[in-house]
Amino acid sequence: MRIGVITFPGSLDDVDAVRAVRLAGAESVPLWHAEHDLEGVDAVVLPGGFSYGDYLRAGAIAARAPIMQDVVDRARQGMPVLGICNGFQVLCEAGLLPGALTRNGHLHFRNRDQALRIERADTAWTHDYATGQRIVVPVKNGEGRYVAAPADLDRIEGEGRVVVRYVDGNPNGSMRDIAGVTSEDGRVVGLMPHPEHAVEDLTGPSTDGLGFFTSVVTAMVAA
Amino acid sequence: MPQVVVDVVLKPEISDPQGQAVLGALGRLGHDSIRSVRQGKHFVLEVDGTPDEAELKQIAETLLANPVIEDVELHLPTD
Repeated sequence: MRIGVITFPGSLDDVDAVRAVRLAGAESVPLWHAEHDLEGVDAVVLPGGFSYGDYLRAGAIAARAPIMQDVVDRARQGMPVLGICNGFQVLCEAGLLPGALTRNGHLHFRNRDQALRIERADTAWTHDYATGQRIVVPVKNGEGRYVAAPADLDRIEGEGRVVVRYVDGNPNGSMRDIAGVTSEDGRVVGLMPHPEHAVEDLTGPSTDGLGFFTSVVTAMVAA
Repeated sequence: MPQVVVDVVLKPEISDPQGQAVLGALGRLGHDSIRSVRQGKHFVLEVDGTPDEAELKQIAETLLANPVIEDVELHLPTD
């Protein structure tokens, strides 16, 4: 089981993502945005950070990086992809996930431990949770407000595409408290909070985040 | 060299907290007649030769704006 972690110019959390992948029992493969080579990995993580300084729109320029064409092609064939924070923004900009992430409603950067409810425990990245389970992981963003047109939100909800929702307070004004969504096939997941920062007691508020990474390992072994 | 201008604004149904912050500042400065502010982006592109409208429309709609949340207006040079 080999999981690639893509580094873009301005990625910050790629090293933590690599570590989370390893703690989940998989081999981590560092990938570079400018290559056209996924090195035969079984799944890909797009990490958090500020790729290209959030110029134009957060994630917009990274979504057009050479390696993203390969990620989009492989994702459409069913390869699991997880986008965290800036990685979520990249997946929305690349058209793999619905909606968009915009400036927080209160205009402040928010950095805190955040409670979430798992709404879908049947995606490639959330198998190891239970539906309705409450987890706590860090959230840290300035442009994390999930938005879409009301009709699109109704469709996203109707199709059961919401994977995680904020509980005990919405940190950024995301519509309908949406913290993360998935693709139609449940293989691509994006979320603003940071499960990779909650994988070890020493450094995280919990180890609740590790389940995202063990889930994909379990899913791939079962496949 | 021909210049092409592209204006991008958030769709009316998407709230604009930056515009609201500007509106708040205007109120504090006594500009009570301003009812609403929507903040957007203004791109000026210099183009070699005659601008290709189809190509520029594609650039505006797929990179400069995110059609999920933004409206875009393309202004080709008039001569």
